[in-house]
Amino acid sequence: MTTPASFANWKLFVKRWGWWLAGAVALAVLIGYYYAKSPQITEAVLASTLRQSVPLVLGALCGLLGERAAVINIGIEGQMLLAAFIAFLVNVYTGNLLLGVLAGVAIGALLGLLLAFMSVSLKIDQIIGGTVINILAIGLTGYFYKVGLSAHGKLNPIPLGPLTKIPLIGTVLFNNPPITYASILLVFLVHYVLFYTPWGLRTRAVGEHPRAADTLGINVYLVRYVNVVVGGALAGLAGAYLSLEAVGSFERLMTNGRGFVALAVMIFGKWTPFGAWGAALLFGFASALQTQLQFGGQVQIPHQFIGMLPYLLTIIVLAGFVGKARPPAADGIPYEKEG
Amino acid sequence: MSEQEKRKTTAGGALLRFWQSVSVPLGAVVLALIIGAVIIEVSGASAWDAYASLAKGAFGNAAGWRRTLEKTTPLIFSGLAVAFAFKAGLFNIGAQGQLLFGAITAAWVGFAVHGLPPGIHAAVALTAGAIAGGLYGAIPGALKTYTGAHEVITTIMLNYVAMGFTDYLANGPLKDTSPGNIVARTPNILPSAKLPTWSWLPFGFLLAVAAAAVVWWILQHTTLGFEIRTVGQNPHAARYAGMKVARTVILTMVISALLAGMGGAVETQGVVGRYEPGFNANLGFDGITVALLGKTAPFGVIPAALLLGAMRAGSNVMQFHAHVAQEITDVVQALMLFFVAADVIVRWLLRMKAAEEGEKITLSTGWGSH
Repeated sequence: MTTPASFANWKLFVKRWGWWLAGAVALAVLIGYYYAKSPQITEAVLASTLRQSVPLVLGALCGLLGERAAVINIGIEGQMLLAAFIAFLVNVYTGNLLLGVLAGVAIGALLGLLLAFMSVSLKIDQIIGGTVINILAIGLTGYFYKVGLSAHGKLNPIPLGPLTKIPLIGTVLFNNPPITYASILLVFLVHYVLFYTPWGLRTRAVGEHPRAADTLGINVYLVRYVNVVVGGALAGLAGAYLSLEAVGSFERLMTNGRGFVALAVMIFGKWTPFGAWGAALLFGFASALQTQLQFGGQVQIPHQFIGMLPYLLTIIVLAGFVGKARPPAADGIPYEKEG
Repeated sequence: MSEQEKRKTTAGGALLRFWQSVSVPLGAVVLALIIGAVIIEVSGASAWDAYASLAKGAFGNAAGWRRTLEKTTPLIFSGLAVAFAFKAGLFNIGAQGQLLFGAITAAWVGFAVHGLPPGIHAAVALTAGAIAGGLYGAIPGALKTYTGAHEVITTIMLNYVAMGFTDYLANGPLKDTSPGNIVARTPNILPSAKLPTWSWLPFGFLLAVAAAAVVWWILQHTTLGFEIRTVGQNPHAARYAGMKVARTVILTMVISALLAGMGGAVETQGVVGRYEPGFNANLGFDGITVALLGKTAPFGVIPAALLLGAMRAGSNVMQFHAHVAQEITDVVQALMLFFVAADVIVRWLLRMKAAEEGEKITLSTGWGSH
């Protein structure tokens, strides 16, 4: 039945989601075309896209939890690096992968606590506070790293039963290791918490107008602490992903700038979880393409130039989109209680 | 005469002011060394042995002094680069990438240009390196002014781009093709492009000190310096006063990057003698520590760089004699940065008054402002 009212709703729906729908259809057609042409390569590139996006989306969620409460976290790189190292070490000495992941999450949260202490309580400049964490992580991992340690296995894919039988989608989406699944669930969870719970409302209030939030009885400091610590835990999970799920080992400086790229992902995603996820997938695609070009051998470009792709993409994204995106109003400003 | 005026004129007042400006960095260094010592002891080595052999390696003899000053030189340059940008409220973490471009350009001019007299050749290579670094620094400056892209992220990204690009050059067009070479590096620079070292004193170190003097002069005694400081303290007021904020931001980044590029050129012409990828991987971050430890004052940067340079120079000896991994110096450095930034902790320990508003550095003004 087409009543006028639902017809108006339909028009509104198209107006709001039309471009997204068109984009999704175009993307599906494109993927379908390549899948028909060369199924293996398409599956490999898409699966790699998803995997490469995991640390970026987790890092971006970490960044946006902090910034929604007005704390800039430039130390994500360091949080990931130290967490990757601790997760690896715990796995080496206990042989337990789950313990390793938990240790990584815990150390990420701990570094989040340090950042919150510096930026909320001590009111240190937040960019310097994050830089402290980055240098500390480089130093500690370098100092305590011993060559020759090897991890006991790594997190393996868990096929989700009959779902894996679906062509293309099955192998790409439903045959992944645990942290990859977790990162997808966390996108939905953070979105829900941020926009549909009292805590999320408080967080956003603190990020936009801390004085008003304070007047309403919200504990500004507590909200900032909790968000930065939870964010740190997510960055820690990203670190554990790198050492225990992606590689199964630890290398010095293995984060390789992902923590900083994650911030660009966060900005590109306009401080929303789903936006960040989309941006992370785009960056993941750039990395996947890079691997494909490097080892596929069809294109003769020096590998250094291909390696620059994600970083150049970050700059282009920042230059092109940050002007339109709007950070939380109080972002980066320490809150001083009155009286 | 008021209390404040008295403090400005008397000798005792001068001493007091000196103490007030150095107490926080000194306290930060001491605290960092103490915590470093605890970490060393916990990991099963002797902290006293470690620090003693570190000091001996850094200052024990002429060779030690030379190594220390050689390590100090690029740190002064990168510290100056960061400190100079700070004055305009900009955070240049890209010193490393700018330094790489300066280094490889100086190497290229150093080996490829023939027939120049010794001093001139060295000066030309140095200038080329500085300009290359400066131009690379213009990119984040222009991105900031025209698109609002925050320089912290763009400079870090440009570091990775610079690493890739110089790696490509040293592996490709500029590669040393002499028989027997298989690694990525440029040919050696000609003797005419080299910077001399007189026994323990590298010429590059003198250049670094001179650069600090020039930076001080620019900041304190030129219109540009005044504009830079005004933009740093209050960009809105600067705009209201008719200053060209956009031009100042770009020019600050260029001069900052010029200093970093010159640091790379000096390293190439004075120490390494050619370009090879991977040297001084963390100079960008080291520059931040140096700049803050030196309270972002040009002449404060020199002792701060000397301290870090000594730690870098002595760490080999420490690792060899006291069996403590070199990376402890990174840990100590991070702690120094923490305590110098968290000056309230040091002030509380020294029972000093809190910092005045004007002394505080604020950089986190969000991602899209200015």
